[in-house]
Amino acid sequence: MQRLTAESVTLGYDQRVIAENLSVEIPDHSFTVIVGPNACGKSTLLRALSRMLKPARGRVLLDGETIHSLPAKKVARTLGLLPQSSIAPEGITVADLVARGRYPHQGLLRQWSPEDERIVEESMASTGIGALGDRYVDELSGGQRQRVWIAMALAQQTPLLLLDEPTTYLDIQHQIDVLDLCAELHETQGRTLVAVLHDLNHAARYATHLIAMREGEIIAEGAPGEIVTAELVERVFGLRCQVIPDPETGTPLVIPAARKRGARVAGAVPVAGGA
Amino acid sequence: MAVAALVLVCLASIAIGAKGLPLADVWHGLFHYAGSGDDVLVRKVRIPRTVLGLIVGAALGLAGAVMQALTRNPLAEPGLLGVNAGASAAVVSAISFFGVTSLTGYVWFAFAGAAIVSVAVYLLGGSRSANPVRLALAGTAVTAALYGYVNAVQLLDSAALDRLRFWTVGSLASANMETVGKVWPFIALGVLLTLLIARPLNALEMGDDTARSLGAHLTRTRVLAMLAVTLLCGAATAACGPIVFIGLMIPHLVRAITGPDMRWILPYAAVLSPVLLLGADVVGRVVARPSELQVGIVTALLGGPVFIHLVRRKRMSQL
Repeated sequence: MQRLTAESVTLGYDQRVIAENLSVEIPDHSFTVIVGPNACGKSTLLRALSRMLKPARGRVLLDGETIHSLPAKKVARTLGLLPQSSIAPEGITVADLVARGRYPHQGLLRQWSPEDERIVEESMASTGIGALGDRYVDELSGGQRQRVWIAMALAQQTPLLLLDEPTTYLDIQHQIDVLDLCAELHETQGRTLVAVLHDLNHAARYATHLIAMREGEIIAEGAPGEIVTAELVERVFGLRCQVIPDPETGTPLVIPAARKRGARVAGAVPVAGGA
Repeated sequence: MAVAALVLVCLASIAIGAKGLPLADVWHGLFHYAGSGDDVLVRKVRIPRTVLGLIVGAALGLAGAVMQALTRNPLAEPGLLGVNAGASAAVVSAISFFGVTSLTGYVWFAFAGAAIVSVAVYLLGGSRSANPVRLALAGTAVTAALYGYVNAVQLLDSAALDRLRFWTVGSLASANMETVGKVWPFIALGVLLTLLIARPLNALEMGDDTARSLGAHLTRTRVLAMLAVTLLCGAATAACGPIVFIGLMIPHLVRAITGPDMRWILPYAAVLSPVLLLGADVVGRVVARPSELQVGIVTALLGGPVFIHLVRRKRMSQL
């Protein structure tokens, strides 16, 4: 039995059902990535797994117990979430923001300790922001800011870390930067990572376990090398494509089909009505 | 330094008044009380007034800091969001229609008024999708309507006019130890509550999802925070009438000193708010000698420009 699982959950907001009777297991120590077209329910599933959304039916289990009946702080010491949008309080420094990740480990009687201090420093070092401690979060670039939020989630010291579209709004180099960081955290610290990603090629390159969703259902799951095929991409995304080995990593690389054959030499084709 | 400023302004509040007393006489009243007219003035008027200013100032400053954190809105303030207006409208109704005359009676009406209006403004401001500007607009509209009501009651009930005037503009002038004795337990409870929720408020400021993923209890924190604000504003308004802008100015000033950690903001706000309130009260006593300007008017005069500055400094989208 894996640590984090969903048992035939029905998910939705108000009356709108997003997914019905969905079951999923997150393999321990995996870097699991959930992909699928917009509105397929991938973020909704992640929210349910992270206790943000209560299933209408079914249950999410963390270490064999229903996640919604566990004390909030206990969950927060086991499972961390990097939500899509977080707000940095105005005028907060990087070190102070990262330190807020220690929240679930503190209480009225247990205040700030040298142990907390050490963990905050380690979290900042492992996300490569060790030198930015005294800078204001407002001053940082988007990529640096995302590292700060990841450092905060790391300081929470949870064996499981969930990330909801951690690369959205970032430039391509920062996207790769953040994903490399995630892969490193997964490999060196043995944490279980679950991320929702938009880019199928990023997912195929970084995931050790891939979950492909469409219209609230899981279409396929497994190692990217085994499940990512042209047929699957067409079924999940409705996109005609070729799948070739990534020249860098050998993982599947999805090349969308051209609009029409020979389009890449479109410049040479006479344009109708042209002189 | 903040504490030194507080001590200084307390001394000024005792020493300076509409009636110019030489310092020697003030000293005499404080330490060699003999029952002379001036001694009575110091003991029975200025000291209670200063003590009341202290606790009411702290209450308003803390309420403002909590509201700003809770709504993630730099313009949130008990005066601006109509909480104080709600409390005064309730008190005015109590006096005029229910014949309530004791402060103990006012306090409960003030609590009810403050609580109803905070919920109403929150709903009018778009509840979950509330943005700072909508919330401030809703607060302003509700405040205007409530003061219209308060004024109407005053005009219609000429017998009660004098007692009511106090409730349109905040004032410390009628302070006595009895008032202090009646409101301090409520304010103390409110202060205790705000200190207990300082850490969860820190978490809440980072957005609902982040707060929840850190293990903070959103609903519990919000309810306790609203309870604290109601206690603080209700008690303060019951004792002095509505005083605006203290809760807006002080938390901003404090943030500039301490940064965004509520565990520092709250104690600083509790110390510096009475400095502003008592300072404004002293100014009000001096500028219109031998009469007095009510402290509510002075804080409004000081606070207006600060409010405009805040709105102008930030682009509205950032608010």
